[in-house]
Amino acid sequence: MRRGSRHLNSDDVMALKYTKKVMDHFLHPRNMGELKDADVEATDGSPACGDMMTIGLKIDPKTHKILDVKFKSYGCASNIATASVITEMVKGRTLEEAKKIKWNAAAEELDGLPPVKMHCSVLAAKTLMDAIRKYEKMHGLLEGGEEELSAENIRLELRNIINPEMGIDIVRLKMVKGISVKKGVVKIRISMGNTDRVYEDSIREEIEEHVKAMRGVKRVEVGFST
Amino acid sequence: MKVYMDNSATTRMLSEVVEAMQPHFTEKYGNPSSLHYMGIEAERAVDESRAKLAECINAEPYEIIFTGSATEANNLAIVGACHAGRKKIITSEIEHSSVGKVIRNMERRGFETVFIGVDEEGFVDLKELEKKVDGNTALVSIIHANHEIGTIQNLEAIGKMCKEKEVLFHSDASQSFTKVPIDVKKFGVDLLTLNSHKIHGPKGVGALYVRKEVKLEKQVHGGMQERNWRAGTENVAGMVGFAKAAEIGVREMKRNVAKMQKLRNALVEGLLRIENAQLNGPESDDKRLCNIANITFNYVEGEALLMRLSEQGICVSTGSACSSKSLQPSHVLKALGLKHEQAHGSLRFSLSKFNSSEEVNYVIKMVEKEVAELRKLSAYAPGKKAGYYEEREQAFE
Repeated sequence: MRRGSRHLNSDDVMALKYTKKVMDHFLHPRNMGELKDADVEATDGSPACGDMMTIGLKIDPKTHKILDVKFKSYGCASNIATASVITEMVKGRTLEEAKKIKWNAAAEELDGLPPVKMHCSVLAAKTLMDAIRKYEKMHGLLEGGEEELSAENIRLELRNIINPEMGIDIVRLKMVKGISVKKGVVKIRISMGNTDRVYEDSIREEIEEHVKAMRGVKRVEVGFST
Repeated sequence: MKVYMDNSATTRMLSEVVEAMQPHFTEKYGNPSSLHYMGIEAERAVDESRAKLAECINAEPYEIIFTGSATEANNLAIVGACHAGRKKIITSEIEHSSVGKVIRNMERRGFETVFIGVDEEGFVDLKELEKKVDGNTALVSIIHANHEIGTIQNLEAIGKMCKEKEVLFHSDASQSFTKVPIDVKKFGVDLLTLNSHKIHGPKGVGALYVRKEVKLEKQVHGGMQERNWRAGTENVAGMVGFAKAAEIGVREMKRNVAKMQKLRNALVEGLLRIENAQLNGPESDDKRLCNIANITFNYVEGEALLMRLSEQGICVSTGSACSSKSLQPSHVLKALGLKHEQAHGSLRFSLSKFNSSEEVNYVIKMVEKEVAELRKLSAYAPGKKAGYYEEREQAFE
């Protein structure tokens, strides 16, 4: 991450400086395709957002080891590369081990991503996590029920929203100034600080996408201040 | 094979242009403001360049202001013209950012702004435009030929309307210069932006045509250069190169346009044979620039395709959100009514007179190959069963 998070000097169009590993995984993706006898499959993202990923897992019912994994991906070079690398990282691991792989680990494995591309890594980690959750639910492996909607859970979810200028999540950057939940209506106040206002729309869209997918959320309102 | 098809971004300089500039770096390097013979020599080069450029667009030499870029020319035109008390600026939804963002910024100075929409080919709604122009309007700014899809607006009609309503009219002709005949008198423009590095000239120089009766407010203060419109020691070599490129471009226009048109049409024909591909912008030759082809390859993301083509030696650009700093898809393609996913899958091929039919064939072959590869691994495909994303999309409604 350290290596990848240097600022890119750019105007409207970026000069993308990908690492050798990113280019390698992008041009020669590993574990690409559909897993015919998958035990579970999850899709995340959407074509409208410009990135979308499907991950299928074959899991040993006794050891809960991931025996095989395959992905399909629609998105930019870093999206394809993060999907590829995360499948390599989880193959042969147990579900518990795989769950510990967070987005920054995938980015680090690629020797870093440009800050503006960090969210690709989030999508890969999230798709993997969705597949694991789905499997656990199907096989009664979940401890307790699903958590209730709370400001604390929403804050946890917001750790997946990356400030594209810095490549760091908005919670860590202390940009989240307030979260309120009332009858399924979630209000989130974001302080942009020194971040270029040009990123407002993409941060808003990301927050909406993530929070709306949480159970019990009817509406999300995102407010910005400097 | 190395193929450059990103000429709407910038172009290769002509060797004649480089040659013409050369002496101004090492021999004729005087400052045009100096009184000695070196200064006079440099001043003469600037004057000659100004006259040449003026001739290319049917203007008078004293109506040309050289700037540091077309972006600066657009800024000067907009900010400089909006000083006389009127508080409304009208533009289109498909302007280059050096017009669109400047006008947005004028809102902070208390200006009312109107962004006129376009039809699916990218043409400004002229009736809507006319309705919005009133006695409080300081300026109308409409791009001549669009930089992403190539749509050529009817400047003559807009110019006539603006004249009748006594409103200043600016147009950014950065992309159209030397590809479409430009006549400022016929167009009825008061201000017109020209670009050097898009016409095989050097970077770092642009120009603004200012009709002689128009009064602008100076934006760059200091010396008395450019008839006191724009301070700063002249980029003599740049101006000489710009004028040379313009002169050659206008002289060769007919031949070059015919060549680019033929290549471009062959390219479009070949690329549209790929399944699920669509052309963005106008189809017919008289409605669009001769050198731009903007095509969406559905179920493929543009940046990924661009990077793969780059690996094959091919340079193009994309309207995908992934390639923009703000992570938003092209505002031009959105204004045409394209869905986000269609904009994400778009590539812009822009040709120059240096391209060949061998290159066109190579590009078609490579695009076909890389699109197929990416579709093979794409999670997004035609007729894909209602998955998670669709449920979620519906939840968004």
